[in-house]
Amino acid sequence: MSSSTWLLALAVFGACTVEAVEALTIVLAAGVTRGWRSAIEGTVVALVVLAALVGAVGVPLVHYVPIAALRTVVGALLLVLGLQWLRKAVLRASGHKALHDEDAIYAETVRELSGGRSSGRDAMGFTVAFKGVFLEGMEVVLIVLTLGASARRLGVAAAAAGAAVVLVTAVGLTVARQLSEVPENTIKTFVGIMLTSFGVFWTGEGIGVHWPGSDLWILALVGMFLLLTLVLVAGLRRRVEEAPPPAAVPTGRSASPVPGTVESWPSAEG
Amino acid sequence: MSRVRNWLVAFGRFWWDFLVGDTPEVTVGVLVVLAITFALRHVGAADDVLVPVAVAALLAASAWRATRRRPAPPAE
Repeated sequence: MSSSTWLLALAVFGACTVEAVEALTIVLAAGVTRGWRSAIEGTVVALVVLAALVGAVGVPLVHYVPIAALRTVVGALLLVLGLQWLRKAVLRASGHKALHDEDAIYAETVRELSGGRSSGRDAMGFTVAFKGVFLEGMEVVLIVLTLGASARRLGVAAAAAGAAVVLVTAVGLTVARQLSEVPENTIKTFVGIMLTSFGVFWTGEGIGVHWPGSDLWILALVGMFLLLTLVLVAGLRRRVEEAPPPAAVPTGRSASPVPGTVESWPSAEG
Repeated sequence: MSRVRNWLVAFGRFWWDFLVGDTPEVTVGVLVVLAITFALRHVGAADDVLVPVAVAALLAASAWRATRRRPAPPAE
């Protein structure tokens, strides 16, 4: 495999890991409170629907859409997605946005669903698990389709996503906890950097830019956005440290910016 | 009929949140950068570094803008 294919697989694997952690938190909460049978059924049905979407949309994309048009549109989508991920990760790493708290999400989901555990089928358990996996998985499907189709490596992208789901599920079930120790923001930062880099690369290819070094230019883009991210995190973190402490913190809601949540980066969460 | 309409509204809202959400400047910025690059290439005036530099500036501006937002005053 070429270096760009490895990067593609890594980007999909990272994106899918983050989304799988979030989905598993919801599935665990549904299983514990409403019974495992419905939670597992909801999860399996959602995964089958997502896989069918990749096959139904991805295969025609690869075989029937002209490559230049595909790369322009897909690159633009990747750019929007990548910039959104990266922006959020930068704000979290610099302390301007609260970190994603899987423990809190798990506790809240358990509280909302408690009081109806059953050993048979449970519509609410099924629905919550299905919705959690499907909604988190849609972003992964979009990333698999866009990266896989534009690089003509749909199989590699799908396999990387599948591997991430298996790994997160195995680790989640083995350690029997809500995966709050996973360094989600760090993974999200690197995935955002890679999605943005691929987005710039593919849109450029689509509109006729000739990158020096061809595929190797992706590595240069990754380096450039990594450097920019480090500079942004450092600069924005200084703004948090220089800001005067708030006079009063409102109760029942998180203050923004979030003083005291500045952590070292890239080990912001782990 | 209303069921179909509700489904279409939910479908549209899902994609709007997904692609625009609370960062319209990112979506609009990407479209503007690509439109300008495409137009410049059409007349043979675009430089290859334009897209990466413009996207980097867009990220910095959007993150900087987010830190300047002030929370709304509490309702009385």
